Amino acid sequence: MNNTPLKHTNEPGKPSTFDVVQKSLAKRRAAEHRFRFYGIAGIVLALAFLLVLFVNIFGKGYTAFVQTQIRLDIYFERAVLDPDGTDTEDALSKADYTLLIKKSLSGLFPEVNSRRDKRNLYALISSGASYKLRALVLNDAGLVGKTSSVWLPVNDDIDILFKGHIDREAKQSDRRVNDRQLDFIDRLVAENRLEKQFSSTFFTDGDSREPELAGIRGALTGSLLTLLGTFLLSFPIGVATAVYLEEFAPVNKWTDFIEINVNNLAAVPSIVFGLLGLAMFINFFGLPRSTPIVGCLVLTLMTLPTIIIAGRASLKSVPPSIREAALGIGASKLQTIFDHVLPLAIPGMLTGAIIGMARALGETAPLLMIGMVAFIVDIPGGFSDPSTVLPVQIYLWADSPERAFVEKTSAAIMVLLVFLIAMNGLAVYLRKLYERRW
Amino acid sequence: MNYVKDLETKANYSMTKKIISDALSAPEIDRESRTTVGKITSDDPRVVCKNVNVYYGENRAINDLSLEIGNHEVISFIGPSGCGKSTFLRTLNRMNDTIVSCRVSGEIKIDGKNIYDRDLDVVPLRAMVGMVFQKPNPFPKSIYDNVAYGPRIHGLAADKRELDAIVEESLKKAGLWDEVKDRLNDLGTGLSGGQQQRLCIARTIAVNPEIILMDEPCSALDPIATAKIEQLIAELSERFTIVIVTHSMQQAARVSQRTAYFHIGHLIEVGRTNDIFTNPKHPLTEDYITGRFG
Ligand SMILES: Nc1ncnc2c1ncn2[C@@H]1O[C@H](COP(=O)(O)OP(=O)(O)O)[C@@H](O)[C@H]1O
Ligand SMILES: Nc1ncnc2c1ncn2[C@@H]1O[C@H](COP(=O)(O)OP(=O)(O)O)[C@@H](O)[C@H]1O
Ligand SMILES: [Mg+2]
Repeated sequence: MNNTPLKHTNEPGKPSTFDVVQKSLAKRRAAEHRFRFYGIAGIVLALAFLLVLFVNIFGKGYTAFVQTQIRLDIYFERAVLDPDGTDTEDALSKADYTLLIKKSLSGLFPEVNSRRDKRNLYALISSGASYKLRALVLNDAGLVGKTSSVWLPVNDDIDILFKGHIDREAKQSDRRVNDRQLDFIDRLVAENRLEKQFSSTFFTDGDSREPELAGIRGALTGSLLTLLGTFLLSFPIGVATAVYLEEFAPVNKWTDFIEINVNNLAAVPSIVFGLLGLAMFINFFGLPRSTPIVGCLVLTLMTLPTIIIAGRASLKSVPPSIREAALGIGASKLQTIFDHVLPLAIPGMLTGAIIGMARALGETAPLLMIGMVAFIVDIPGGFSDPSTVLPVQIYLWADSPERAFVEKTSAAIMVLLVFLIAMNGLAVYLRKLYERRW
Repeated sequence: MNYVKDLETKANYSMTKKIISDALSAPEIDRESRTTVGKITSDDPRVVCKNVNVYYGENRAINDLSLEIGNHEVISFIGPSGCGKSTFLRTLNRMNDTIVSCRVSGEIKIDGKNIYDRDLDVVPLRAMVGMVFQKPNPFPKSIYDNVAYGPRIHGLAADKRELDAIVEESLKKAGLWDEVKDRLNDLGTGLSGGQQQRLCIARTIAVNPEIILMDEPCSALDPIATAKIEQLIAELSERFTIVIVTHSMQQAARVSQRTAYFHIGHLIEVGRTNDIFTNPKHPLTEDYITGRFG
């Protein structure tokens, strides 16, 4: 900017340092600008990718939270529900609710007589509809003998049609809904009997072969149990190991050897841990397959090295003056560590643990090896119930042929991301909570 | 006769010559000599060091050091940086144990007990021999907890009231009470440098030690804070034995009765502070005192 030479130079005849520096300034500024540009470009690129990811997933996934429902007037006929007149709950729970639905549909379309048409008509309704009716009756036995208007889920193909993923103009053989069914649907729509409604099924139910009945609850519970177990096992063990290695272990060949191996373990592909878990926990110790208990043991093996490495790093970063202060007034080694060093190292250790847990949350490969990929409908009630986890559920749904599973997959990814964000938020909160001003 | 006389004359002559040369060289100790000059013993010794050597790995940081430190005495260690003052100071409460490569040989007795005995526990030793460090290092806890920590872990207070009393008394002795009495729950690390150092001294005396080691306690402080700490040392010397490392000769002159001069791992000269500063015997001491040595 200011290129007028300074009046005062130390040695007459020689250019002043100011002038020399001034000349090289343009080049330095350019380098700085270039560097800043690269940085901003990188951030913009990353944000763009993130945006595309979110838009794509959200755009595909939000429809999973609504479900097309049909309004049917069901006559809860005593002769169907309780043919023997026993009036027991047992009879009500075994009754043929599908028949009630069929009767109601036939009432709406009295002209349908041929077997083929009947099949087309009945196929509109989800197979889960009868369970819903049964639940209604078991909840309120007073319904028996009355007629009630009920919203029931339609089959996934119809749902997909409603959500606009089936082209009505396509050749009949190319679409999953035939012309006859389209005709039924148009008439039902005209009667205001079909409607997209918010459905909690996705959050309250387990997996199912029928997309309209499939929910994330089983996998979510499985993930929660597995991660809880992983954290409860790996954090204390990891912190204890880090403290021992960093503070107590003698410095010799053995500790060097252990250190190298811990670092190596952190880089071992996760599927190897899955194989190890299969061989050790399932085949040798005989723990039940497909369960969170085995899952968390395997993930513990996988996350331990990360936690140990992060733990040692944060112990190392505690200033030695704090140790000296404690030792100097006669605190024992253990008191020094537990009263002063560990409280200062805990925020860093938590960060390491959360990074490890986030990795464990997204892990699929090792869990495939221990059978957590099985198709499990029930929601796990404990650590030894068969279950699956979110990423495996995503894999399973993404792999399913039905079009309706596409939105479920995206919705499951959304749940996984929310889980992840919640976990990271918790980590930041805990770190802030334990962090001390220096 | 002549022969005998001749001999006598010769003897006289050589004697005279010796006396003259002695007179000339009496204060002249060889500059290369590393034997300690001055009185290393004390009339009422508390700490007795004999032939102490300290090694960092292969590197010898203290060579054959012998010194006695008297009861209720303030002794200062002076010398150029890197000469081993801190190293020797830290052998007295075995803080060097924390440095893996550090090894100590020789004998250090406190009240007649060798502190490097195998069966001696450092916990009571360090409770008895407190230490104040060069850089103020309060715990990142409240002012109260900083002072109360020592009494708590050693079980010096039976209940909260006694603990409060110890904290108050220690802070008063350290001359900090009036400045912090209204904010005992604030972080100790939030105080100014001089206050932090006085807090560290309060923390040390809260354990009621017998000997206090201070490693350049004022080197990070301004003159006002330094003056406060020097006054504090003078008061503390009535109850404690104090060993202080300092780079300031004025400070050594002000606070200590005895001074020891170190030079690259050797104890060169010990003596009454006055003598050391006015009449150093060893040329190296003289160089340092007169500022001819960095
Ligand atoms: N932790 C250590 N490891 C290895 N050498 C050390 C260590 N501390 C000090 N030394 C060496 O010991 C010598 C004396 O150091 P020190 O006692 O700190 O000197 P002073 O306190 O007199 O400045 C120096 O040469 C220094 O390099
Ligand atoms: N990085 C900083 N952030 C906030 N406050 C500061 C910072 N550095 C200094 N201060 C404050 O500014 C004031 C003057 O500090 P400083 O210039 O360092 O004083 P001096 O060098 O005279 O000791 C002090 O009250 C100090 O707390
Ligand atoms: Mg030093």
